[in-house]
Amino acid sequence: AVMAAPMIAEWSWFVALAFGVSFIKCLLINAYHSTDFEVHRNWLAVTHSLPVSQWYYESTSEWTLDYPPFFAWFEYGLSHFAKYFDKEMLVVQNLNYASPATVLFQRLSVIFTDLVFIYAVKECCKCCREDKGKDLLGKSSFILATLLLWNFGLLIVDHIHFQYNGFLFGVLLLSVARHFQKRHLEGALLFAVLLNLKHIYLYVAPAYGIFLLRCFCFTQNNADGSLQWRSFSPLRLVALGLIVLSTFAVSFGPFIVKGQLQQVISRLFPFKRGLCHAYWAPNIWALYNIADKALSILGVKLKLLDMSKFSKASMTGGLVQEFQHSVLPSVSPLITLICTLLSILVSCLDLCICVMFYIEISPEFLHWCIPTFTVNIAFLKALFTLFPTTELPIKILLMLLFTIFSFSSLTKLFSKSGPLLNSVEVAYLLGLVPLELICEFVYPLTSWQHTLPFIPLLLTSVYCALGVLYSFIRLYLSVLAAPSTTGKAKSQ
Amino acid sequence: MENWSLVSVCVLLGLTTRWAVSFSSYSGAGKPPMFGDYEAQRHWQEVTYNLPVQEWYFNTTDNDLGYWGLDYPPLTAYHSLLCGHVAKLINPAWVELRTSRGFESAAHKLFMRTTVLFADILIYFPAVILYCIYLSDGSSKRKVATALCILLYPGLILIDYGHFQYNSVSLALTLWGIVGLGLGWNLLGALAFSLALNYKQMELYHSLPFFCFLLGKCIKQGLMGRGLLLLVKISLTVLVTFALCWWPFLSDPQLILQVLHRLFPVDRGLFEDKVANTWCSLNVLIKIKTLLSRDTQLLLSFALTLLSILPSSIKLLTKPTLWQFKLALVNSSLAFFLFSFQVHEKSILLPALPVCLMMNELPLMAVWFLLISTFSMLPLLLKDGLLLPYTVTSLAFLYLGVYLLSALDRSPEEELRLGSCHKRMQNYLSKHNLSLLVKCSFTVSLVAMAGLSFTSVVLEPPARLPDLFPVLVSVFSFLHFLAMLLYFNLVQLTEPSSKKSQKKTN
Repeated sequence: AVMAAPMIAEWSWFVALAFGVSFIKCLLINAYHSTDFEVHRNWLAVTHSLPVSQWYYESTSEWTLDYPPFFAWFEYGLSHFAKYFDKEMLVVQNLNYASPATVLFQRLSVIFTDLVFIYAVKECCKCCREDKGKDLLGKSSFILATLLLWNFGLLIVDHIHFQYNGFLFGVLLLSVARHFQKRHLEGALLFAVLLNLKHIYLYVAPAYGIFLLRCFCFTQNNADGSLQWRSFSPLRLVALGLIVLSTFAVSFGPFIVKGQLQQVISRLFPFKRGLCHAYWAPNIWALYNIADKALSILGVKLKLLDMSKFSKASMTGGLVQEFQHSVLPSVSPLITLICTLLSILVSCLDLCICVMFYIEISPEFLHWCIPTFTVNIAFLKALFTLFPTTELPIKILLMLLFTIFSFSSLTKLFSKSGPLLNSVEVAYLLGLVPLELICEFVYPLTSWQHTLPFIPLLLTSVYCALGVLYSFIRLYLSVLAAPSTTGKAKSQ
Repeated sequence: MENWSLVSVCVLLGLTTRWAVSFSSYSGAGKPPMFGDYEAQRHWQEVTYNLPVQEWYFNTTDNDLGYWGLDYPPLTAYHSLLCGHVAKLINPAWVELRTSRGFESAAHKLFMRTTVLFADILIYFPAVILYCIYLSDGSSKRKVATALCILLYPGLILIDYGHFQYNSVSLALTLWGIVGLGLGWNLLGALAFSLALNYKQMELYHSLPFFCFLLGKCIKQGLMGRGLLLLVKISLTVLVTFALCWWPFLSDPQLILQVLHRLFPVDRGLFEDKVANTWCSLNVLIKIKTLLSRDTQLLLSFALTLLSILPSSIKLLTKPTLWQFKLALVNSSLAFFLFSFQVHEKSILLPALPVCLMMNELPLMAVWFLLISTFSMLPLLLKDGLLLPYTVTSLAFLYLGVYLLSALDRSPEEELRLGSCHKRMQNYLSKHNLSLLVKCSFTVSLVAMAGLSFTSVVLEPPARLPDLFPVLVSVFSFLHFLAMLLYFNLVQLTEPSSKKSQKKTN
């Protein structure tokens, strides 16, 4: 107890941050929720009411199970608590059922599973460098914890829109923390579990795999920090492989035995949807599609192309003939996809922040945080487009909160290395304000609102895509240009 | 982090909490024919927008006073007029005479909530920030922590953004008055408070301290010289403010009388519903509402109120410092709440404001009082469907008060400011034991509050006593308020008159 007391006092600020953000999450229980709410309710119903063999075949609802088996088991576990709140939500036929008890249960489940995320953040903070003698608000562990726990994107996607990203990102963060703590096998296990919870994390699997290979399988470095090829340890590689394979076996095993693997894979990777949803996702496809559309219009005008060859239903019709299922974002599954993509992006960027804090902040790595910061702000703005007007003040308030805190604390942390953002970046970020004003206030009052309702989304996604691209290019350049020895400096 | 960013973070947290609470239901939602306070405010926009000023307070064919007639002073009416104009621009159906009665929609709710937020940002937040920066003691971190706790006081948030009212406007104007007087800008202070009085007549609860403080200041400056000049200037400011606010009504004394009649409805009886004050609690034991005639009730309540506020006011008159002023505000408004006529449970917000201002000096007592004040409104909040925001904001406030203001660490005798009184008590109670006693009582009180809240929600009252839980809540709160009244009076009255032995002088 004597040892515990100073430790409790030391972490009291962390508990305060965790409680504070949980209180806000509780207050958001009655906020708007999207179709994702119904998606998860349906999955609760499916996993609870039907046998395992039916899970990936059930299609009463349009929101079929398209996450890997571990997530299905997770929903199954939740459903056992759900029945105490409202049994009706577990009936598969009750489509769009959203009684107050259902809403309460689902929201609380997100808040509680966020405990995994909170625990993971604590583990990451433990790995931060010691800041003796600095006051609390200037400590890197405090800033890291706040940026992660109070992450605006995560808050509005998870607790307003409704998803379980906090929980999933917690698992990812925990696995990374385990690597920082040199517990590599645990980290690998956690990542394998994560892949079986949400397969979209395959995006980070290559980088992760290479990292594991480099740090774990090669046991020694040369004096100058470069790779010592001869220290490759086949035993470690086999251990890793065993862990990963056994996790996948536990997950997909039952379905392979039943011969359902094909069906599960087709549910997990629905290639039929196509690339054209990217109209609203602030990534390179937005720019590509704009160029595509512009060129096609130009082509028609210059009589180079025949208008009749284009299908009337296509929105991104052009030189590449692609079709989409619906135009309006508010009622289609494409929002789910976009949210998923954006959420993985949030996760990755936060991972960047984490890594950046872990590696001793030296001036070369300063540039990591700027693109991270810029990207965070840019597509957080993009997230705005997904919510109705009642949530507008919350979006703006939370975003301002996050921005002011990040800017202020990062400036203080890196004040020695010069100004945080150069003038181009500042101009870009300031440009978000008129963009928001135009999209939310000015445009709806113009006559184009009815004929061309997608223009605000278009503007937002193009503007943000530019920001995201710029930042990633800068990030890549700084990674490639960074001297290779600096990263090895922090060894425990 | 620099101060400006800390302050911005506090403001943003305050605004976020407010808006998140606003997602919840409002008073009278979906409950025809009368609905609730939300409909009352909408109706006032309709009445003030469509009818000429002379008809606002009168019973006419277009203005049925029985259906939420205007019963606040003219400034509220002007505010409603302004909101009505904005409403007309957005959707005329919201303020159509007669046809808009009981109008409810998601867009309208958004509009109404926005008007509250707008008023808050414009008037309340700046007042709180100014107070904390200039009139609060301690390091800048401490000031910011105080600001955050004041901004997150649950009672005001739940009533304004849940139940739906504009208390923040009148309380903010009063706070501007306090800030003005505290910084020595006497005319501004007088002006602000006059405006507050013209917004809600309940601000009369605060009027005697303002009067005594200003008079005391004038006396200190010498009634024959500069003091007299100050007195004249203040009186002129107040008179001009009142005249401007009542301008449209000054043409006809009948108008003024009618307005006053609406503002002070003596016909409505000693109390309505369950309130945590003396009369309602006494009524549990002896039915004084029926036992005494209306005139006797009026006299009794007037006498008791006057008696309880007199000592505090006289002390303030003799020693007009900011600290005394704040204490007098608490004592006066609490006494009015406990003993006055026709008090509503929402009036607890009036003592709550000056108690908020004491969070820096008396953190434990302030947090305790503010939590009880929120708890005392529980029956009202439950009726409005605000259980979730109530629970979350109260817990958050408790946590913040204990963590940020170290409420529990600071209860030794000096902090409780009992001064000379404690010296006498020292024969019976050592310092350590006193602090232990206070902390224990606080914990027991919290547990009881949690227990009562839980049972109010979960259990059904027995058939013979359908009002069991509201009565329990109000009696429990009443006992606390009475004890707090005694405590704050003790603190104010036992402060030595000489300047030497006091840390807190202004």
